[in-house]
Amino acid sequence: MNAIILSTLWGVLMMYAGFATSNKKTVSVIAVLGVIAVLVSNWLEFLGLPFFNIDTKGMLGYNAFGFLFNAVTHATLLMYFLLSAKEIEGSSKTPSDHYALIFFITAGISVIAGFKSLLMLFIGIEIISIPLYVLAGSDKSNLKSNEAALKYFLMGSFSTGLLLMGIALLYGDSGTFYLEGINIGIGFLTPMKTMGMVLLMVSMAFKVSAAPFHFWTPDVYDGTPTVYTSFMATIVKAAGFFAFLKLFETAFGKVHAQWEVLLSVIIVLTIVVGNVTAVFQQSVKRMLSYSSIAQAGFMLLGVYSMNLMAKQGIILYFAAYGFASIGLFAVLAKFKDHSIEGLNGFAKKQPVIAGSMLVSLLSLTGIPLTAGFFAKYYMILSVLKYGNNLWLVIIAILGAAVSVYYYFRVIQAMYFKDEADATVEQVGFSKSFQLLMVVNAIVLLVLGIHPDWLMLFL
Amino acid sequence: MFVAFDNFPVMLIWLPLVGGILTFFMKSEKSAKATALFFSFLTLGVIVTNLFYTDVKHQLLNQVSYIWLPGIGTSFALILDGLTRTLCLLTAIVVPIAIINIPSGKYKNPNAFYGLLMLTFCGLMGVFMAIDALVFYLFWELALIPVYFLSSIWGGEKRIKATFKFFIYTFVGSLFLLIGILYVYLKTSGSFSIVSFYNATPTDGEQAWLFFMFLIAFAIKMPIFPFHTWQPEAYEQAPTPVTMILSGVMVKMGLFGVLRWLLPMFPYATKTYAEPMVILIVVGMLYASFIAIKQDSIKKLIAYSSIAHIGLMAAGAFTLKSVAINGVFIQMFNHGINIVGLWLIADLIERQTGVSKISELGGVAKKAPILSIFMVIIAFANIALPLTNAFVGEFMIFNGLYQMKPWIAALAGVSIVLSAIYTLNMVKNVFYGEVATAVGSYVDVNKVQITLLTVLTLLIFIFGIYPTPFFSMISETVGLILNKFVSI
Repeated sequence: MNAIILSTLWGVLMMYAGFATSNKKTVSVIAVLGVIAVLVSNWLEFLGLPFFNIDTKGMLGYNAFGFLFNAVTHATLLMYFLLSAKEIEGSSKTPSDHYALIFFITAGISVIAGFKSLLMLFIGIEIISIPLYVLAGSDKSNLKSNEAALKYFLMGSFSTGLLLMGIALLYGDSGTFYLEGINIGIGFLTPMKTMGMVLLMVSMAFKVSAAPFHFWTPDVYDGTPTVYTSFMATIVKAAGFFAFLKLFETAFGKVHAQWEVLLSVIIVLTIVVGNVTAVFQQSVKRMLSYSSIAQAGFMLLGVYSMNLMAKQGIILYFAAYGFASIGLFAVLAKFKDHSIEGLNGFAKKQPVIAGSMLVSLLSLTGIPLTAGFFAKYYMILSVLKYGNNLWLVIIAILGAAVSVYYYFRVIQAMYFKDEADATVEQVGFSKSFQLLMVVNAIVLLVLGIHPDWLMLFL
Repeated sequence: MFVAFDNFPVMLIWLPLVGGILTFFMKSEKSAKATALFFSFLTLGVIVTNLFYTDVKHQLLNQVSYIWLPGIGTSFALILDGLTRTLCLLTAIVVPIAIINIPSGKYKNPNAFYGLLMLTFCGLMGVFMAIDALVFYLFWELALIPVYFLSSIWGGEKRIKATFKFFIYTFVGSLFLLIGILYVYLKTSGSFSIVSFYNATPTDGEQAWLFFMFLIAFAIKMPIFPFHTWQPEAYEQAPTPVTMILSGVMVKMGLFGVLRWLLPMFPYATKTYAEPMVILIVVGMLYASFIAIKQDSIKKLIAYSSIAHIGLMAAGAFTLKSVAINGVFIQMFNHGINIVGLWLIADLIERQTGVSKISELGGVAKKAPILSIFMVIIAFANIALPLTNAFVGEFMIFNGLYQMKPWIAALAGVSIVLSAIYTLNMVKNVFYGEVATAVGSYVDVNKVQITLLTVLTLLIFIFGIYPTPFFSMISETVGLILNKFVSI
């Protein structure tokens, strides 16, 4: 509750901050302070210190899983703000508006973290989506950005439509919006419930860009200004997974056997499509978009098995994937040329930045001692524990093997290629940016050695 | 805490690691090399000292376990036993030789080069000493990363592609290994320790496929036919010090995995598949030997020869006969010494002539008589002549193969004949005959090189004539492995 209210209020504050000061630096500082405030207040509530006592009629409620998810969201958001402040400032005349939108999205994510009723799910998803459409089109003079916004809007409203229809069918059958209520009533699947559930699954698959509902992703991610792609592909996407997991665990946990086949088909398609198409990309930004689809396939394994290990793993996955991608995108946002060749010889020019990117890439690949390894470890373990689906694990593993190819192409470009045949731009990185990238890498390494420090709260 | 220097395994991890990190910060090549050498000799000293502390009284010095992630039941557990000691000693001998042999000015950014070498060293030590499945997996992967960078940055012309192929192969293998480890883990009471892995009881049906999950990873690493295709290119393209470590030590990771993890964990499946495995491996040996005969590049010849020799050891491990497994243990060490000797000489020749093709060389013996003497000794060791070290091990392995099926032993014996053909042919064409133009101004070995080669040849003779200390060291470990098969 703290997090929702505080981030909404801070969003409003950000809007007025634009009037109060024209200094963009000050605006960024206020935003960073805001995230820290939200982070702390969420943590205080977890420790038993809520600021507000609001009766939500049981539609919202947080458990440790929700609080921890909120905390990871806020921590990654903080890193995102720190690394990308310059780009957000540069993306508009009034960056305070964009900061405000991001804070509203954060409020939406916090709603998702605690929803107990389908209504709250819908509201949360809408609060997240609508500001995002604006952010996608924020580069008004760029045709691609406009296209991305329109495409995102059309696809987003389409999937929201499906979500609403699903909710309506479920309400019609069970007479309640509460997840618990739906779960109690679900002895077996009536046609109406089945239809509602499938619609919900499809719409969630849209939101997390799982195949075969992923077609909007690459274009939208590519067209959106890089700084907001970073936000969309990590923090917002994690919220989609959280909603997916929580919805299907709480409302349809009893009929797991009925929907797991459908979900496993989606997972296999997502892993195969994401990985195979990422291999052929020449632009790092597009490669990361497709790889985000591939990573989504891995995260869906957690939705599939949804035991304790899956929950621990998915929280770790959010953090691992979030920090790694935010770091990579933050560097990319400084480049005009996003081709892989553009990074040739980068390590000789910027050893610190390249080293941090290396850690991020190794983490995305899942090499031990980085957070990504334990994230994948937990996903595989949870599916094996659930039992009887070795083939799914093997496909996931083969997907991970393919992912080495495209992640390591970036490493090869940075470290093994000479800059002579490249078009490396002279990009300056400030000392503070370098320091933050190192911190980012250290976070990934620490989580890779002691993942229990994050999961001990669960 | 983990930083305590009160036992051997921890020291063996820390010394190369600290050395590696320090080396990174060295400014000049000289200081980088000196630091790396200092720490690798220190490590060698520790492992040699350890040879005097092998009895039960000093058990506490040879085994450690620090709790790492209690939630998932893994601890940082290391051990030094017979098997481990052999391989750690080999590693600690090979690394300094590889470092000393590097000519100054050969590699750019020497601090990074030596630093990464030391990190590989650390990773290898970890793989051999780990008795916790997750820690084992961790080091298994970590040993690979520095090698990937070493080969890709400082390797030959086609380095990026060749190294990448190598990396992908091993990575895929290790992912299967991970599935296997996690599956067995779920069968235990929630612990990754090797004891609980040994005591886990997968059903016979599960053993059958788990066996292959583990085997793929180990087979790729060794490599045995048909997973060997990454190897010749990777050896050829990697910088020589890396090739030495790769072929001398790193391929033993696969054999080590078979002996330490695969055989004791899945005795039932091993028993079932042992004979087909041995036949497959022997076929692969013959295949590699025939290809080796046809090679014109010295490096590729050594690479294929290595596939054949490693194959023999793998076949020996799967015979499940005490004599053969003893042979494998000792041969793992001796093969490492011999192949490092071969690479050393191949490197010396290429460094001076700039050529590594057999057809473009000839008559080196006339210009460099001392080098030729060493070469002949090492070549004899490579074909396992009596009185050389390899004879002991290979003889014992053949003994085991013969006990299994005489015709398999006969077939494997052909590869020894073939090995004599290609090794001696190479010696003949490179060292004798007309002096080729590339060899015209060849200068014989200098003092440092003589020392290195003398050390190697001494090791060849010592363990060829008096291998007994080895057997007393490893008998316990061999017994442990074979005990698992008594009841089946």
